[in-house]
Amino acid sequence: MDLGGINPAILIASLMVASVPIILAALGELVVEKAGVLNLGVEGMMIMGAICGFATAVATGNPYLGFLGGALGAACLSLVFAVLTQFFLANQVATGLALTLFGLGLSSLIGQSYVGIKPPLTGTVPLGPLADIPFFGPVLFDHDWMVYLSIFACGAVWAVLKYTRMGLVLRAVGESHDAAHALGYKVVRIRVLAILFGGALAGLGGAYISLIRVPQWTDGITAGAGWIALAIVVFASWKPWRILLGAYLFGGITVLQLNLQAAGARIPVEYLSMSPYLITILVLVIMSSGKGKAALNAPASLGQNFHASR
Amino acid sequence: MQRRTILKGGAALGFASMVGGKVAFAQGLEKVKAGFVYVGPIGDGGWTFQHHEGALAVQEAFGDKVEIVWQENVPEGADAERVLTQMALSGCNIIFTTSFGFMDPTNAVAAKFPDIKFEHATGYKREHPNVSTYNARFYEGRAVQGHIAGKMTKSNKIGYIASFPIPEVIMGINSYYLHAKKVNPDVELSIVWAFTWFDPAKEADSAKALIDQGVDVIASHTDSTAPLAEAAKTNGAVIGFGQASDMADYKPSPRVSSIIDNWAPYYVKRVGELLDGTYAQVDSWAGIPEGEVEIGEITDAVPADVKAEAEAMRDAIAARTYHPFTGPINKQDGTPWLAEGVTAPDGDLLGMMFYVEGITGDIPS
Repeated sequence: MDLGGINPAILIASLMVASVPIILAALGELVVEKAGVLNLGVEGMMIMGAICGFATAVATGNPYLGFLGGALGAACLSLVFAVLTQFFLANQVATGLALTLFGLGLSSLIGQSYVGIKPPLTGTVPLGPLADIPFFGPVLFDHDWMVYLSIFACGAVWAVLKYTRMGLVLRAVGESHDAAHALGYKVVRIRVLAILFGGALAGLGGAYISLIRVPQWTDGITAGAGWIALAIVVFASWKPWRILLGAYLFGGITVLQLNLQAAGARIPVEYLSMSPYLITILVLVIMSSGKGKAALNAPASLGQNFHASR
Repeated sequence: MQRRTILKGGAALGFASMVGGKVAFAQGLEKVKAGFVYVGPIGDGGWTFQHHEGALAVQEAFGDKVEIVWQENVPEGADAERVLTQMALSGCNIIFTTSFGFMDPTNAVAAKFPDIKFEHATGYKREHPNVSTYNARFYEGRAVQGHIAGKMTKSNKIGYIASFPIPEVIMGINSYYLHAKKVNPDVELSIVWAFTWFDPAKEADSAKALIDQGVDVIASHTDSTAPLAEAAKTNGAVIGFGQASDMADYKPSPRVSSIIDNWAPYYVKRVGELLDGTYAQVDSWAGIPEGEVEIGEITDAVPADVKAEAEAMRDAIAARTYHPFTGPINKQDGTPWLAEGVTAPDGDLLGMMFYVEGITGDIPS
């Protein structure tokens, strides 16, 4: 089963791997934005996760602890954002951008002594004979555990937001922080926790890049993945499953065009590379026009600071 | 005497750079401030890292007669102009811009600061007398890599991760292919255009795409070590080369050899000329003979006879007895380019926007 010299099973398998970092980072950002906070520092948190995860994995020799370290490191960085925006009421856009710059610089500083080191390898999840099933084996049953985690996380975030009291409170804070406050919910505490969660997921995504996808540390290794994650949150109109779709679309087209080239297919590479961005713009235009506007679904208090005195 | 001292003080305070720049042609400068503009991070382990090594060599060579400043991660395009202007205003006497995409910004800023010397790497535009260009003959190194690739491939499929469709990159592809083909007529070349100089994840994905297609020797023209990291996952089934820097961390395999860009001699020479007043506009294009392009150690993963042949080719290029583009060579469409025994003129190489015969696919525009 070949499409222009490309095995679709291998293609799907590699697009699932390529999309993991942006799925995780975008999911984290979705939760943050659902709570009404706009954190543009995803790129900075991802790269902190990449270096902290890498450093932890190298120090302990255990890739699983590495992911934990990456999540913790990025969460610590997001705590800076939380303190500045939630307690000192700093402008969220400016603070988020500063967080990215800070994260890039700090990761480069920490990473000085890690250039050229190889991290411990993370194996695939042993699913035994399942991996040998034609087509479905390589697509579904031959991945590292993070691929499964990213899909599971989508489902979990969706279920929590939709069906639990916690999700309802989080959404209430994001839609109208004054109303939520009047009802007695701790707006700031909930937002800080959401920011930390977003940081941890971005960190996991970053650690995935430095530990599995490109098992090495290089300055600037995330190379803009955080910005794509931010775009995907909007593309997905703040719905978890659409994040999965959007990320697979982005990752899929990138991987597809590289594979088409390697297979010698004569395709205009430039158009294919820009197509995910074009689609995003198109979706935004369609969703924000006329009746579709409500479907844009942005949390009403997004980006607004809250102070209890009002 | 006193007045003189006061004048000197005044000059040192405000006009040092302006006056100094004017005088430079005649008698040289007492102290040079050299600026370096990098397209990626110094920690990329490749292209930018090597330029920074060159900058450090300048510092080493002249001690406190030279001050070096640098800026990492400068985007190609309009942003670069801002960075360049900033550097020019901060009193740099000479500014090295180290990526092809800085070509137009360099010339634009050079027009505004006629007393400051600008040096642009890998470009061809010298619109003002204070703009020089310098490049390295990377294709000489690619010839050696192509030879190794042709001999080492078992699947007869070799790959090349290309960055942007510019002559510098296409030269490398052609040289790599020609020399692989020469020792292995069955060889097929797959080219992946990544459209980036530096994006480790994308570079790794490109390598993976090539490996999925059965390629077992990968050369890359991007800046990071990611393709080697991807090749390393195959436990020796796939080999590659260090690019721009030695990338010795991936020895002995997958990195079986490398092209090392050694910019230090050129940087030291140019800053030295600025100091002693012999500086003049140039268009420099040095290679293996001058030591600007070095071939990194060929490891034991390569059989001894192949290693010896590759080293012989390197030495022949160094001795200028062999030119990697020696005819007969046809263009991709079959039209003749070089006749038997003719070597490629530099002008043809610098404007090379065609594949040689045997390479499939089109150059993206």
